[in-house]
Amino acid sequence: MGAHDRPEATAKAKGGLAWLERWLPKMVLAPTFIMMLVFIYGYIIWTAVLSMTNSRFLPSYDFVGLLQFEKLFENDRWLVACTNLGIFGGLFILVCLVLGVTLAILLDQKIRQEGAIRTVYLYPMALSFIVTGTAWKWMLNPGLGLEKVVRDLGFESFSFDWIVDPNMAIYTLVIAAVWQSSGFVMAMFLAGLRGIDNSIIQAAQIDGATLPKIYRRIILPSLRPVFFSAFIILSHIAIKSFDLVAAMTGGGPGYSTDLPATFMYAHSFTRSQIGLGAASAMLMLGGVLAILIPYLYSELRGSRNG
Amino acid sequence: MVNQTAQSSMNWNRINRGLIYAVLLTAALFYLLPLVVMVLTSFKTMDDIRSGNLISWPTEFVFDAWSKAWSTACTGVRCEGVEGYFWNSVQIVVPAVLISTFLGALNGYVFTKWKFRGSELLFGLLLFGCFIPFQVVLLPMAQTLGLLGLANTTAGLVFVHIVYGMAFTTLFFRNFYINIPGELVKAAQLDGAGFFTIFWRILLPISGPIIVVTIIWQTTQIWNDFLFGVVYGSGDTQPITVALNNLVNTSTGVKEYNVHMAAAIIAGLPTLLVYVLAGKYFVRGLTAGSVKG
Repeated sequence: MGAHDRPEATAKAKGGLAWLERWLPKMVLAPTFIMMLVFIYGYIIWTAVLSMTNSRFLPSYDFVGLLQFEKLFENDRWLVACTNLGIFGGLFILVCLVLGVTLAILLDQKIRQEGAIRTVYLYPMALSFIVTGTAWKWMLNPGLGLEKVVRDLGFESFSFDWIVDPNMAIYTLVIAAVWQSSGFVMAMFLAGLRGIDNSIIQAAQIDGATLPKIYRRIILPSLRPVFFSAFIILSHIAIKSFDLVAAMTGGGPGYSTDLPATFMYAHSFTRSQIGLGAASAMLMLGGVLAILIPYLYSELRGSRNG
Repeated sequence: MVNQTAQSSMNWNRINRGLIYAVLLTAALFYLLPLVVMVLTSFKTMDDIRSGNLISWPTEFVFDAWSKAWSTACTGVRCEGVEGYFWNSVQIVVPAVLISTFLGALNGYVFTKWKFRGSELLFGLLLFGCFIPFQVVLLPMAQTLGLLGLANTTAGLVFVHIVYGMAFTTLFFRNFYINIPGELVKAAQLDGAGFFTIFWRILLPISGPIIVVTIIWQTTQIWNDFLFGVVYGSGDTQPITVALNNLVNTSTGVKEYNVHMAAAIIAGLPTLLVYVLAGKYFVRGLTAGSVKG
């Protein structure tokens, strides 16, 4: 233990430590980085490759170009699924936004027991779509559900059998999905309303503007960012909707309530059409990107300007 | 004259308030109805269900449907109730939530306090993981789990949930740590504290609120997951959402709606409880997990 060679050793250890300190953050991120590369980007490429092969029960790597996509667009079931997504998504988003903003505005009028009411509006969001779907399937049961309630009230000829009607079943999905998600939209708008500067509203009131006019001209326009965020989240929920359909209609009657997500599952995992399933998954990703990229673009541009 | 207008405007005001309350309470009934129906139905006998209607009070409260749902109802071919699947979900949720939360905290720490060239880009790339429709990774993951021997295992599902939950947990912690002054870290560094010491001694102790939000968010997400469960779990390893769906949508035998409702409540109870006990944090998680980058 020579006292004189100690400083050198410490310096060396220090150098090693500094090196470690410099690389440690990157080493900590490395697993995440690798997982991200493999499980997000790698898998997307993998799915893209599968979508261009003739994979059926097992993945094969015989390249067939865009054949699966051509098949997809000649497939009646896929076209029904896309049309359904249009109907379901459109109505779901619209009703959620209208209901959400209306309830938020009403709830913002210094309501007694506001906390309790908010809790009631929001609890469905805590439940899974499977639980939600099970409950609604039961309520919409023709013969025993809401139909019977109304008949028991004396309206003997009342009929409400949408859930087994191929033309109407898709609308029952909208009812359940709105029930599940509209409370969340309400919460978003309520937060937005609470963030508005009161002095602007007071100034407008002094100028003699009526309350409805203040809402139409000042408050609603200033909630535009909330509308956008809610739209993004709701469209995202709509495109990914799988559980609700599985629980409520199973895609039926026939395939009248199929959505792209259930189409993808059915073809990939029960009908042994992996190539076709992969192609439909790629188109779903395309749908999400089509909504997301303009949004992110405007967000980023907005934050740069502001 | 003046008095009259004041009077009539007050009347209007009263009518308006009445209308507002009427709309709000009607909406509250709409949101409550399914829960009320589920609970009432779960306590009825099948005869009671056929003779009454959805909102009629049970002629007598019976717990048969509950015990049947828990221990003897048939989900697919097995008739052991949802009990086993309930514990499957617990076994998936606990490790997946803990590990993904811990990794999220570490990642968020690096992304805010140890930025390096390209770290912002890396974070952006990771964030994309919050938005992908999982259908686009389902097939390759099925292959991978097969190769790793993790297909149809609880460990496999835990793994999948950790992988796809990490984007969210990282987002949460990153957004929380970004508001914590960098001077705190710098001062600790001057005092000789290293990477992990700063994390353990300084950041983790003040992370309470965001840890709660992240745990609640992840618990709800993973407990409620159906897609991964139905694709990567089978038979004994399925989570409760899949078991509930099998129970309700089985095509054989008489449909026992009271058992279905009891099972649905059992499947929904844990997340409902989380919401009731920690609603504030639940909502915060919803909004934090929405879009803000």
